[in-house]
Amino acid sequence: MRTIRKAGRQEGKQARRRSTRRYCLPVFLLLFSAVCASGKPLIIGSKKFTESYVLAEIAKHALSDGGLPAEHRQGMGGTIILWEALRTGQIAVYPEYTGTIAEEILKSPAMVSPEAIRAELAKAGVGMTDELGFNNTYALVMRRDAAEKARISKISDLRDHPELRFGLTHEFLNRQDGWPPLAGRYRLAQRDLKGIDHGLGYEALRNRSIDVKDAYSTDAKIAENNLVALEDDLRFFPQYKAVFLHRLSLPAEAIGSLQRIAGSLDEARMIRLNAEAERTKDYARAAGSYFRERGETFASGGSETLASKLLRWTARHLQLAGISLLLAVIVGVPLGIMASKGGAIGHAILAVTSAVQTIPSLALLALLVPVPFFGISARTAIAALFLYGLLPIVRNTASGLQDIAQPIRESAIALGLTSGARLRQIYLPMASRTILAGIKTSAVINIGTATLAALIGAGGLGEPIISGLNLNDHATILQGAIPAAVLALLVQWSFDLLDRFVIPKGLRL
Amino acid sequence: MTNTPDAKPMIELLDVSKNFEAGTALHPTNLRFARGQTTVLIGPSGCGKSTILRLIIRLLEPDGGLIQFDGDRMSPKNIAEFRHRVGYVIQDGGLFPHLTARDNVVLMARHLGRTEVELITRLDELATLTRFPAEALDRYPGQLSGGQRQRVSLMRALALSPELLLLDEPFAALDPLVRAGLQKDLKEIFQRLQQTAILVTHDLAEAAFLGDHIVLLNEGRVIQQGLLGDLRDRPGSEFVTEFISAQRSLAFA
Repeated sequence: MRTIRKAGRQEGKQARRRSTRRYCLPVFLLLFSAVCASGKPLIIGSKKFTESYVLAEIAKHALSDGGLPAEHRQGMGGTIILWEALRTGQIAVYPEYTGTIAEEILKSPAMVSPEAIRAELAKAGVGMTDELGFNNTYALVMRRDAAEKARISKISDLRDHPELRFGLTHEFLNRQDGWPPLAGRYRLAQRDLKGIDHGLGYEALRNRSIDVKDAYSTDAKIAENNLVALEDDLRFFPQYKAVFLHRLSLPAEAIGSLQRIAGSLDEARMIRLNAEAERTKDYARAAGSYFRERGETFASGGSETLASKLLRWTARHLQLAGISLLLAVIVGVPLGIMASKGGAIGHAILAVTSAVQTIPSLALLALLVPVPFFGISARTAIAALFLYGLLPIVRNTASGLQDIAQPIRESAIALGLTSGARLRQIYLPMASRTILAGIKTSAVINIGTATLAALIGAGGLGEPIISGLNLNDHATILQGAIPAAVLALLVQWSFDLLDRFVIPKGLRL
Repeated sequence: MTNTPDAKPMIELLDVSKNFEAGTALHPTNLRFARGQTTVLIGPSGCGKSTILRLIIRLLEPDGGLIQFDGDRMSPKNIAEFRHRVGYVIQDGGLFPHLTARDNVVLMARHLGRTEVELITRLDELATLTRFPAEALDRYPGQLSGGQRQRVSLMRALALSPELLLLDEPFAALDPLVRAGLQKDLKEIFQRLQQTAILVTHDLAEAAFLGDHIVLLNEGRVIQQGLLGDLRDRPGSEFVTEFISAQRSLAFA
């Protein structure tokens, strides 16, 4: 086996040498031209809400027009992931807000002057454009009819209505400039407070299961859903002026292209672009409107058919779930065998794999993104899925082996079988049903969890789900959710089928 | 039987003892098991009779003393080779449920690299010897009756023609008719093979029927040994009388 492999490798080497000679020149030319066209596309990140998508699309086209190909990784999971990705050079640009930069990234809320902020950011090799124009601050919004009925127009008016039900985004609930200090400043004592996804929050407002939620002041949904933004009468919210953050190492013309967008987006225009993006479900088209309004040409890329998108998402999804499952089996079964022997090591293995399971997915991703090998790649998603998939396999392998009756074990020992032969010929086949059930659980979990890959721009069926949640567009959500559910069922069935081949007949009587 | 008292014993326990957390399972004990004989270890539950078998096959490590097999001192180092020379049958067979009867029997021989022809020949002999129906060889343990399972277990134990056969209450889980049939067959097999065997039972009738030499144990000690007649006619203690009379009606009915 080894010699065959070696021979194959040598053949491959020779073939490579031949082809190297033959293709040397064209490859060199190709490389040269690629370098001239500045090679790899710049990667632009965006957060998972419409405005961020639109701004990223605008940046993408501004860069492309300047001859720098750019790629948009849309809807990545929150400030920390984007910042870590930018800091470590895995993305080149993303849209951010000055308030968020001071509060969340630099952790110095008092820092307001752009010079001070720029100096701080430069330490991480990050630059900031001038303000794009609009201020997208936080606002608390209510249904117009409910606000009028309760005579609420300012945030201080809420003090007299502790019965109102608040549905706040998780980020807002935990931010330095979010709910806890806001409630402190306004002395609000709400009885009913829950965390809810931003897109779903609008749905919840509409069907009256909450009364107040946080929103961004340029959010087109405020007008669309007939909501009112309450006046921040104590001037609590900081300024959230939109800017682009970028790597300082970008070529000067790239920074110039971004800088040309500065000052060109006032609040009215941004609200209009957001509304267009949400109406058409097409961020690139909204970005196109921006360039047309400026009298510039806009070459929109050919739009992809639904079938081809579904195929791309599904293939990527299966790739992520499949590779991570394979790794989980390769690592999990031996770990399970070790764990089945009990003792300190066995308990430690089970404890660690269980602990991994309790890390929230976003936190796990945020931990992995700054690590050089991982970053905002499929590798990070695979690593996270692998870690989540480990526990069912380790636990089932261990318990399947431990459940083998004592007389069977003793018979195997008394026969004189070596410990390796006992494991291979007796214990593992006997535990195969339980082990396979663990692998099946992992596979189904992985198919479901692989949607989180979209949070770090790694694609898969999570892409339409996150995008649809943000647009509050059920059709788009279902484009991801239905294939994911079908995949989970198919995986379940194929494992049921696999049972017949893997589990020995004597155990299926 | 042909062996003489001074012949070298097949297996010998010298001051062997075993303690568990719950107490002493076997006090320091000396025992000799003669070649070609069936020795029966008998006594009430917890008397240490199964412990002796498990010490011999080294499922348990003795706390003290040593065990000699054919004059060689047994140790964890040479136990693997030794186990191939010993067959072991337990109460519910201990058959591997994922293997057919055939594969259970030839598992070890195949592991040791015997040819398929050798395996088939040996399997034929064993099926005839144990009166196991050839057509049932391809069934799984779950498809066999209790008696058939014990016959497979016996075939498996005999597959490598062991010098010593250990049987730990092999009939305890069987109904009386099946048990009687198997006991009769086993006696025949032992006689035909001149098999050295150690049988553990708590049933005096079975001991009387199969045993050449009987060792009576109680609370981790050998109380008395000899022929059944010796135990009955010259009991060494009150316990011997009690144990025999408790089962007398069955044994000598």
